[in-house]
Amino acid sequence: MYDFEYHRAGSVDEAAERLGANSEAKLLAGGMTLLPTMKLRLAQPDVLVDLGGVEALRGVSGSDPVVIGATTTHAEVAASAEVGDHIPALAALAAGIGDAQVRNRGTIGGSLANSDPAADYPAAVLGLGATIGTNRRRIPAEQYFRGMFETALEADEIIVSVSFPKPARAGYAKFANPASRYAVVGVFVADTSEGLRVAVTGAGPCVFRVAEMEAALSRDFSPDALAGIEVPADELNEDLHASAEYRAHLIGVMARRAVAAARG
Amino acid sequence: MHKVEFELNGEPVSVEVEARTLLVDALRGGLGKTGTHVGCDTSQCGACVVHLDGRSVKSCSLLAVQAAGRRVTTIEGIGADGGLHPLQAAFREHHGLQCGYCTPGMIMSALDLLQSNPDPDDAEIREWLEGNLCRCTGYHGIVRAVRAAAAEMRGQG
Repeated sequence: MYDFEYHRAGSVDEAAERLGANSEAKLLAGGMTLLPTMKLRLAQPDVLVDLGGVEALRGVSGSDPVVIGATTTHAEVAASAEVGDHIPALAALAAGIGDAQVRNRGTIGGSLANSDPAADYPAAVLGLGATIGTNRRRIPAEQYFRGMFETALEADEIIVSVSFPKPARAGYAKFANPASRYAVVGVFVADTSEGLRVAVTGAGPCVFRVAEMEAALSRDFSPDALAGIEVPADELNEDLHASAEYRAHLIGVMARRAVAAARG
Repeated sequence: MHKVEFELNGEPVSVEVEARTLLVDALRGGLGKTGTHVGCDTSQCGACVVHLDGRSVKSCSLLAVQAAGRRVTTIEGIGADGGLHPLQAAFREHHGLQCGYCTPGMIMSALDLLQSNPDPDDAEIREWLEGNLCRCTGYHGIVRAVRAAAAEMRGQG
């Protein structure tokens, strides 16, 4: 990879200042996407601002909502007693990301800022109706995801934490790519105080909800309630891993498995 | 250039690196720890796994500057008094390697598993080693070796 200027930020404010000073600067959290991307020269930032030393961004607290700091790793979320007690589906989701070494470095904030269309976390964030807290504002999940690798974040805005309301019950199921463990299709189903929510990742340009499934599940929270509901393949992703039609089919299968997981 | 200081296998070290220098290159180059291998260089294969503060990481996907002030352990740092670590002995005993290229990463990854789960079953071992590729053994010997080392480390060897 090409060389760059490296700064280790001591605080969120310092990182924001560095980020604001150069439009080609990027934040480095776990680096599980950014560093491989830079090695392939698909990204060439002039400046990297490392958040690894900002302790305030790390850790899990609370029960409803469960608040997860931006640089908390997937392994830490998977092992967190708070997450395991209050939102076990979220702990299970984190435990299934990538491989053990990716989970030891990759962070929730990094994943959400990158917003890979096949990432797992977006499904939980939209499925649970979480709120993204930044150094400037609080962004509801509905307004956060804008498209493929596109979010509501401004260029110099930094995710500080993610607040997940505790659901009555929730489940996540994904059909993982056998090599990368990214979601070919992943579905997060949650029974929340705001109603029934179904969020799909991996299938489209970014995570989306399926209103018809939500309506059916709010009448009858069972896998059978989803019988006959088809998501149109028109706007779904098509690549060497799966056709759009196959992804459409997988949404139904994963949704039924997620409901079964939520029912326990 | 950045001067990076960290603890390597229990000893303080200092190395001059560019910002872009990967941890694995600093380890193998300036620091002479060539036991950590570079297989794919794309974070797939796991040949470069080392421990950062006791947890397994792929050192080809980490900048050397990110290790500043941290504790790094490589395959050279796990045996006691120049002898083999139980995992190393078990890999030899149970045919957990053929060419040996993936072995340092396999062992460092497995050691991370055994630190949190001292008695994993075969499925848990296979699941954990998802990020470590071996093109020789077919993995059976590796799984047997990890199970045997786990028993040895629990004092039931």
